[in-house]
Amino acid sequence: MPDSQKNRLNDFVIKVATVNGTGSASANTLLMKSIFRMGVPVTGKNFFPSNIQGLPTWYEIRVSGDDWRARAGHVDIMVALNAETYQRDMEEVESGGVLIYDSTWPRHRQLNRTDITILGVPLAKMCNENFERARERILMKNMACVGALVALLDLDMSVVEALVRDTFARKEKLIEGNLKAVHLGYDYAREHFRCPLPTRVTPLDRTQGHILIDGNSAAALGCLYAGATVGAWYPITPSTSLMDAFKAFCERYRVDRETGAHNYLILQAEDELAAIGMVLGAGWAGARAFTPTSGPGISLMSEFIGFAYYSEIPAVIFDVQRVGPSTGMPTRTQQCDLMAAAYASHGDTRHVVLFPAAPRECFEFAVTAFDLAEDLQTPVFVLSDLDIGMNDWMCREFQWDDTYRPRRGKVLDAEALEKMERFHRYLDVDGDGIPYRTYPGTHPSKGAYFVRGSGHNKFGGYTEDSDEYQEVMDRLRRKFDTAATMVPEALERPAKSPTSLGLVSIGSCDNAVLEALDRLARDGVHLDYLRVRAFPFGREVQAFLDTHERVFVVEQNRDAQLKSLLLLETDVERSKLSSILHYNGLPIDCHSIEQAITRAIARGAAA
Amino acid sequence: MTYIRKPRIVHSGLERNELGLTLRDYEGGMSTLCAGCGHDSITAAIVQAFFELSIPPHKVAKMSGIGCSSKTPAYFLSASHGFNSVHGRMPSVATGANAANRDLYYIGVSGDGDSLSIGLGQFAHALRRKLNMLYLIENNGVYGLTKGQFSASADVGSRAKKGEVNEQPPIDPVVLAISQGCNFVARGFSGDKRQLVPLIKAGLLNPGFGMIDIISPCVTFNDHEGSTKSYAYTREHQHEAVHADYIPRRQEIEVDYEAGEVATVELHDGNKLLLKKAEAVYDLRDRAAAIDYVISHHRRGEIVTGMLYMGRDEREMHDVSNTTRQPLMSLPYETLCPGADALAELQRGMR
Repeated sequence: MPDSQKNRLNDFVIKVATVNGTGSASANTLLMKSIFRMGVPVTGKNFFPSNIQGLPTWYEIRVSGDDWRARAGHVDIMVALNAETYQRDMEEVESGGVLIYDSTWPRHRQLNRTDITILGVPLAKMCNENFERARERILMKNMACVGALVALLDLDMSVVEALVRDTFARKEKLIEGNLKAVHLGYDYAREHFRCPLPTRVTPLDRTQGHILIDGNSAAALGCLYAGATVGAWYPITPSTSLMDAFKAFCERYRVDRETGAHNYLILQAEDELAAIGMVLGAGWAGARAFTPTSGPGISLMSEFIGFAYYSEIPAVIFDVQRVGPSTGMPTRTQQCDLMAAAYASHGDTRHVVLFPAAPRECFEFAVTAFDLAEDLQTPVFVLSDLDIGMNDWMCREFQWDDTYRPRRGKVLDAEALEKMERFHRYLDVDGDGIPYRTYPGTHPSKGAYFVRGSGHNKFGGYTEDSDEYQEVMDRLRRKFDTAATMVPEALERPAKSPTSLGLVSIGSCDNAVLEALDRLARDGVHLDYLRVRAFPFGREVQAFLDTHERVFVVEQNRDAQLKSLLLLETDVERSKLSSILHYNGLPIDCHSIEQAITRAIARGAAA
Repeated sequence: MTYIRKPRIVHSGLERNELGLTLRDYEGGMSTLCAGCGHDSITAAIVQAFFELSIPPHKVAKMSGIGCSSKTPAYFLSASHGFNSVHGRMPSVATGANAANRDLYYIGVSGDGDSLSIGLGQFAHALRRKLNMLYLIENNGVYGLTKGQFSASADVGSRAKKGEVNEQPPIDPVVLAISQGCNFVARGFSGDKRQLVPLIKAGLLNPGFGMIDIISPCVTFNDHEGSTKSYAYTREHQHEAVHADYIPRRQEIEVDYEAGEVATVELHDGNKLLLKKAEAVYDLRDRAAAIDYVISHHRRGEIVTGMLYMGRDEREMHDVSNTTRQPLMSLPYETLCPGADALAELQRGMR
């Protein structure tokens, strides 16, 4: 072991390189959850191929006693179990780091480094000797590897064992085999290496009141609690697990105990064109309905989204963004649908878009989205991304207020209709740009109207009259102004010292931004931070831009879509805004933000 | 379109149905289609069918896509909610609406352009899903609103108004629907109301997806010689295989048919469909026979009409999905939200 090995107590990144389809997922979760249960904050990020079996896949766990949750951008311990990627995996290890490999087979001499510690564990050999079935021999290698890490990282074996029992509670047969594999690896490491490593885990109490959850599950939980009854979808990575989770929650909480009847209906549509049509039909008929999708789905849905905007039908659309354009890299993350969502469809259309930064906000904003959609009678987007949606995040426990009741918006019931002389669908009675609507089947003779995407007047009748058409379009514009006062406000986090520098960011950039700002502050560079959480922008966004001389805009796409929205929708001077862009498909890390700001400021000082 | 209101004159002598409503109560706005359009006759048949069934108009949802046919829901049942959606995608909207509220009658009016091109997928999948609705295709073989291009139902050899001859084989919605497992498949002719009204009535009460393809000549772009969807051609080549009469369960069978050629089909709700066979045809429950009959007659240039196929599967989307009997849109929030305690318990498993 080189003496240079770093001592990174509760502060390191461990990356596991495997081949997909070999069962590494449960081992990775076991490792991460064990550390979490020892009270040490963790973040797990899965870098997986668009493939079912045979291609390289990585799982990166950041252990951070100081609770930094962004992708760190370096690797301290690499578990290199994929021969195909071995060389680049080895190269990625920080100097002074550790590389663990399967020593069943000899390593090529050139595949070596002297500045890192290289530990060989004969995983395949020990599993072949101890397990009978071929599949088991492959799967258990991952568990044996976890066992070795338990010894090397000084993890609490009782925590690991309890987790194995929890994980396989329903398949008891598997408990014994998995525990056996864990102990094989553990014993080997204890016998052959100096355990634990200087880079290791020591218990803390910083995960109390927290859970590990992915954003898609959190969003599905939000739909459940918001009272959504109709979900329509077409499978697409990375949004599929949202509907999977909704289905699982419904099976648990929405099946009538006596009759077995379902208090929900999930429709797997033939495509995204149909999925959004179903959501609009259900929303029109009075149910809370939603669809989860990703960029290509938004492209397909766009005609109907414009229809819903113009005919004023509530809908909730979750866009779990992935790398575009076109099919792009379906299993990698990006924030590339900002413009597509904000102005989806032909003609003059503008939409309400919410930007959650973490699973907890996916949960909360799901509920907010249904309320806004029905309050405003319009489609509402929740723009998550693959990083939030599919990775396990450590979050403060979700809270629920049992006094919550859904805001169903301006809907006239039979009694209200009875009192009216005549009902007109698109009249702005209250001056907020929001008309009244009715559900089909409400009243025998009043309240019926004809939904159409063609020109209509404020009474709901067909029109080709210029003034009548424009009157409705102007009201829709007013409605959008109303929306700006109702959406979640942007969150401002002032710097510790007064500054004229600002930073605006969005969604899953949050953790990396917070960490970068902390590091910059330690170097005496202070920036106020505004995290935009919705479109249309509230007044606080304009105010923030007005009160800073220079504003960095951090986002994860090539074309500066957030900056574009700011330029289009506020009065900010173009020269004030500087973009920091990250769009390689990996979640943004703090170093690239920190470096970009440092460089920009140095350039500014030199000029 | 609905901005043209019809004068409402109610004579005291007008016939009233069980709800005390007159035919006028089932009408809609003034049609803006061309004079003589087949679609207007179908609208009249729809009005008649709803009136005779005494269905409360507000319990009906009228659905359509885009095209001449899709305008017609504005011309009937003005007390019903209507949804004129986007091209070819009415089935998905109807699916969502029905998912939310299973207690309404859903009638969709589409056309050959709307259902057999962009809408082919949604049409096929709505019937696969056993969506409980009556789906009418007002079939004229051309795109009317864009002035006379061939649609996907145009026959090979059919000549357009400007002389072009169609060379692409037609998609027959009847054959498609039978082959995809649709439970109720019929074909009508807009010029034959006597045949059409009972078909619509039976289709409305049939559980699951019912489809009636209705030949409905376009007087402006496809009613000339050389067209196989003209009034003259359809009258001459129509071959009514099985005439259906709808008999409510309360009513005795009084229609005078010759013995031997009549069969009754009991509908799920106790009502009956009386089928009068024009000749010794196939068993209406036999899918392969039905398809063979339709195709072989089409080969001879004949348009087979009437009740063409009735399946045995009476389940609809909600039966298959085991959805609760109460419309989802009316479930109280308290039954939908598991509450704070359940959330806390759920999260214990996430540590």
